[in-house]
This record gives sequence, structure tokens and C-alpha cells, in this order.
Amino acid sequence: MATFIDLLSWALLIAGSFFLCVGGVGMVRFPDVYTRIHAASVTDTGGAAFIFMGLLLQAIFTFENPMAAIKIVLIAFFMFFTGPTASHALAKAALMAGIVPKGQDGQSVIDKSLKLAKRGRKKA
Amino acid sequence: MFIIVVIALLVVMILALVRSLLGPTIYDRVLAVNAFGTKTVLFIAVYGFLTGRPDFLDIALVYALINFVGTVAVLKFFEYDDLGSGAYQEDDI
Repeated sequence: MATFIDLLSWALLIAGSFFLCVGGVGMVRFPDVYTRIHAASVTDTGGAAFIFMGLLLQAIFTFENPMAAIKIVLIAFFMFFTGPTASHALAKAALMAGIVPKGQDGQSVIDKSLKLAKRGRKKA
Repeated sequence: MFIIVVIALLVVMILALVRSLLGPTIYDRVLAVNAFGTKTVLFIAVYGFLTGRPDFLDIALVYALINFVGTVAVLKFFEYDDLGSGAYQEDDI
């Protein structure tokens, strides 16, 4: 039973760190601000969830520390909601500042009627 | 077992730093700092388990809170050039 728990939590931890590495590479290599925000935030929340699940198994079974398990659930719960929220705020701020998301062919992917620059900051 | 996760987290932190140095726009840098912050939360939690000290999780929780508030505050400063003013000035949208 104990080795099964170790094996399962080990697999979860490795999967979580794999997702984080993918997110890190995506954050460096992607061409545009919005693609980088997408890469970083999606894998961040996913990888963190996997790592916290792995830690939760360890905290419950091998360390038998219920207080640590509660704290891990709290951190995971908090990061599950604030990760996407921060990324949304970031993307909105970038959009308001007038950074136009471009498609494959370099043209703006949003139609002209939005007239981004005017809705941005007054001095932008 | 936790060593591998700690090393992977350090690698991703370095990647985030690279993006923060390279990032052309300020929003790349804010994104890199935000990603670095969440990786630090994970690093503190896993390192607490590595050295067998469960009280590191409190630090990780506080760091997660502060990281979120810091990112949103910086974004608000970029968008409205001021933290003190209300969400919408008079002549805004």
C-alpha cells in the first residue's frame, strides 16, 4: 500500500513538473504576448494542481500530517482561482494598452470596429 | 523523489527569468514575474516536504496571496497610471 502511494504521488509530481517545463519553454519561445500568457497560465495552473495532488498524497499517507494536508488543499484552492484571474487581468491590460493580437498572417485577429487604441489609456 | 521536482522548478524559474529579461513589452515582464511567483510558491511547498518541515506550507500560502495581489496592483498601475484613483475617472469610457 505504501509503495503504491509513493509510486502514485511520484507519478503526479513528475507529471506536474513536466507541465511546468512545457509552460516555461512555451513562455520563452512563443512569438506574441497573448500566446505567452496562454502558455504560461494554462500549464501553470495545471502543473500546480498535479504537484499539489502529489504532495497531498504524501502529506496524508507517508507523513500522516492532517494540518499540512489542509494547508495544501487551501493553497491549491486559492491558486486554482487566482491563476486564471491574474492572467485575464494581464491580457485585458495588454489589450487596453493597444497591443493588437495578430493572427498567422500578421493581420489583427480582431475586427477593425473595436478601434483599440482609442479605448486605451488617454496618453497611450 | 522531491529532488527531481525541485530541479524542474529551478529550470522553469530560469526560463521565466529569461523571458523577463528578453520580454519586449512590459506585459511580458509582468507575466514572467507572475509565473516566477507561482513557481516560488511550488518551490517552497516542495522544499518544505523535501526537508521534512511542514510549516513551510504557511509561507507558501502567504506568498501565493501576495503574488496575486502584487500582479494585479502592478497591472492597475500600468492601466491607470495611478493606484489611488477610482476605477473610472470622469472623462473615461
